[in-house]
Amino acid sequence: MTAYIIRRLLATIPVMIVVAVFVFFLLRLAPGDPAAIIAGEDATAEAIAAVRAKLGLDRPVLEQFVLWLSGLAHGDFGVSIFSNLPVTHLIAQRIEPTLALTVSTLIVAVSLAIPMGVVAAWKARGLVDRAVMAFAVMGFALPVFLVGYVLIFIFAIQLGWLPVQGYSPIREGFLPFLASLVLPSMALGTAYVALIARITRASMLEVLSQDYIRTANSKGLTTRRVLMLHALKNASVPIVTVIGIGIALLISGVVITETVFNIPGLGRLTVDAVLKRDYPIVQGLIIVFAGAKVLVNLLIDISYAFLDPRIRY
Amino acid sequence: MTVSPLGRRIVAAAVLSAAFGIASVHAQEKVLRAVLHADVRTLDPFWTTQTIAGIHGMLVYDTLFGNDEDMRPKPQMVDKHDVSADRKTYTFTLRDGLKFHDGSAVATKDVIASLRRWAARDPSGQRLFSFTEKLEPIDDKTFRLTLREPYGMVLESLGKTSTSVPIIMREKEALVDPNTQITEAIGSGPFKFAKDQWVPGSKAVYLKNPDYVPRPGNEPPSGFAGSKIPNVDRIELVWISDGQTAMSALINGEIDLYEAPSIDFIPTLLKARRVKLMKTGKIDSTFGLIRLNHLHPPFNNIKARQAMYHLVNQEDFLRAVVGDPEYYTVCHGLIICGSPLANDGGSAMLKEYNPKKALQMFKEAGYKGEPITVLQATDHVTITPATQVLVQAMREAGLNVDAQAMDWGSVVSRRARKEAPAQGGWNVFVTTSGGVSGSDPVLHTWIGAACDKGLFGWPCDPEVEKLRNAYGLAQTEEEKKKAARDLQTRAIEQVVYVPFGQWTQPLAYRADRIDGIVPNTGLVVLWNISKK
Repeated sequence: MTAYIIRRLLATIPVMIVVAVFVFFLLRLAPGDPAAIIAGEDATAEAIAAVRAKLGLDRPVLEQFVLWLSGLAHGDFGVSIFSNLPVTHLIAQRIEPTLALTVSTLIVAVSLAIPMGVVAAWKARGLVDRAVMAFAVMGFALPVFLVGYVLIFIFAIQLGWLPVQGYSPIREGFLPFLASLVLPSMALGTAYVALIARITRASMLEVLSQDYIRTANSKGLTTRRVLMLHALKNASVPIVTVIGIGIALLISGVVITETVFNIPGLGRLTVDAVLKRDYPIVQGLIIVFAGAKVLVNLLIDISYAFLDPRIRY
Repeated sequence: MTVSPLGRRIVAAAVLSAAFGIASVHAQEKVLRAVLHADVRTLDPFWTTQTIAGIHGMLVYDTLFGNDEDMRPKPQMVDKHDVSADRKTYTFTLRDGLKFHDGSAVATKDVIASLRRWAARDPSGQRLFSFTEKLEPIDDKTFRLTLREPYGMVLESLGKTSTSVPIIMREKEALVDPNTQITEAIGSGPFKFAKDQWVPGSKAVYLKNPDYVPRPGNEPPSGFAGSKIPNVDRIELVWISDGQTAMSALINGEIDLYEAPSIDFIPTLLKARRVKLMKTGKIDSTFGLIRLNHLHPPFNNIKARQAMYHLVNQEDFLRAVVGDPEYYTVCHGLIICGSPLANDGGSAMLKEYNPKKALQMFKEAGYKGEPITVLQATDHVTITPATQVLVQAMREAGLNVDAQAMDWGSVVSRRARKEAPAQGGWNVFVTTSGGVSGSDPVLHTWIGAACDKGLFGWPCDPEVEKLRNAYGLAQTEEEKKKAARDLQTRAIEQVVYVPFGQWTQPLAYRADRIDGIVPNTGLVVLWNISKK
């Protein structure tokens, strides 16, 4: 197992290099010029050129790439074009809200979706099953921002129970922290719940038709024991896989959710940096997101060995 | 182990405090929470002309003069000033007690270095310094400005209320190359910047400067003039990029002031309890303009440029951009209507909407149906609809329009290209500009026609530039008005740009929470606001 983990970790290096190449050159190919944005509305072409020169954006693209890559190799992600602050500092400032939102969404989604999927499979083709599937279809169909606005309207504007926007760090109190995460987690989690619930249902249906489940039932085990101990455990590999795949869904969802709920996380940082063409920040963030995705995949693969003893690395 | 009653109370208090939020030291503070049109992304008010940098600058720094709502300059850091009889020598003395946030006294060396740095980047500063022979200290509190010619806009330039504002920074920062961003924000203004609490793209915090000495006599605030009173302990500029969320946050009382709500939200805000709207100042905040590229056909021909006037019915544009007539004004002039220098010089040319006549004039200019490249921004709240109206009007007139859709950031970089449209250049783009600059021929950079040294589109007419200078040298109000009229007449004739009207951006605030907003066209004024 250790050798496998080391091999997988080493394999991330070429992946990250490919990501770095793509993100750097795609950004340079995209239209837009940070120097023009900095110089402002009324700046002359000469003023824009002066800013571009000062930022080093007039140097050959290859030279810029080599400089960035060598910095990256030393853990230096560069400096924001606009705020002049190190990208690592900006990412560190923003990581807590995104982690909190992602983890809370995961907890909410998994704790809702798995029971929903299990019950739907157990009561297949019944009313509960149809209700769960209808919710799943709706969850996929509704865009995150729409769910967000509706939740804000009901729970913040009309009922006044929760804040419209913002993030309260955990160090400033657990309840305000929780209150600031409820609506964003619900909005972000809707599609995720739908996805996990559907896969859980499908996987459970397959397992529930197996002989050993019939045997367990005929032995007189309680339904709960059969479902949770015998069926769910054996159905868990595809569920865990989809939870892992869903992390990518969460990352893209975080970008929108953080914008709608004004959470100062990595998603907002990404949107703002893209709009301003703040290349170093966008590059740094894509590297971080790619790294997170690779790590999650690795963790999912490792978890298979614990969930299914037949799998060995 | 037993725990004493006191110990239990302490533990209970700690748990409650953790659960419900720290019984914060901020609880007693008066905090103004405002959402402005952008986030504070740079600390250097000279490095960029972006309005948000100017607002940040005006909180942290102070200025020698401040223009009032009628754009008349009033002393701010300056205690007294003298102008020589030939109007070529200005002597300024600073007020007593001016201190930077690090405790050091403001001295003339700081002032002179700051003005030089400002003038290196700001067009009105550049113009002022083009007339300047000498700027020298007399002592720590007095300095002298000597002009080559009696330029009449010295005090107005020093008190300007739009970016870049000539704020006074410490000499140490002012000596930094103007093309390099300063990384400290230590001024002598009414608020101190809390750099440790700055989260770029999210929040900027300003703390009341207890050492700030406002102008004595409690002068009534007006624009940038009057006594600046920091009435709150803390200002938090919260950046909410989503307009819908910002509006909801205001209605819900999570913020106190929303500087630039979309015009689409006005009906909702008008209905919201405790929310009020106010116009930003005496003159409209923004005007719209269509810029033509004078370097390439067909608009290198004056007749084709003038033909464009006949394609613009300002009402069509303003209805698309603003919608509510309460907030827009049809203006057939280049000096913004409602401002002291507004006039009707040349305006007759702008009043006739006649697409047939326009096409005829294009033909007379040699146009044979070649594509006209229009840079069509797709993501700008006002420029996008205005460009759509323009493209439609041009097509309906029979012109061959090549509308190239792109985001605003791409328009901004593409418009700087001087190549022919087929080689990546352009023929037409639409933009907007601020009402303050549009009301003053010196600040109004879009009215200029300085050829290669001018703005994108590069209109080239020495007469226009001569008239701008003449305005700068005018001494009396009558002379200034005449120069402004002559300038507008000539600029319209040359078609430096095609105006499509002006509008005002209302700001929204919680009337039950804050009071004392000073209306100002240009940069929003935050220092006199008090919390109820």
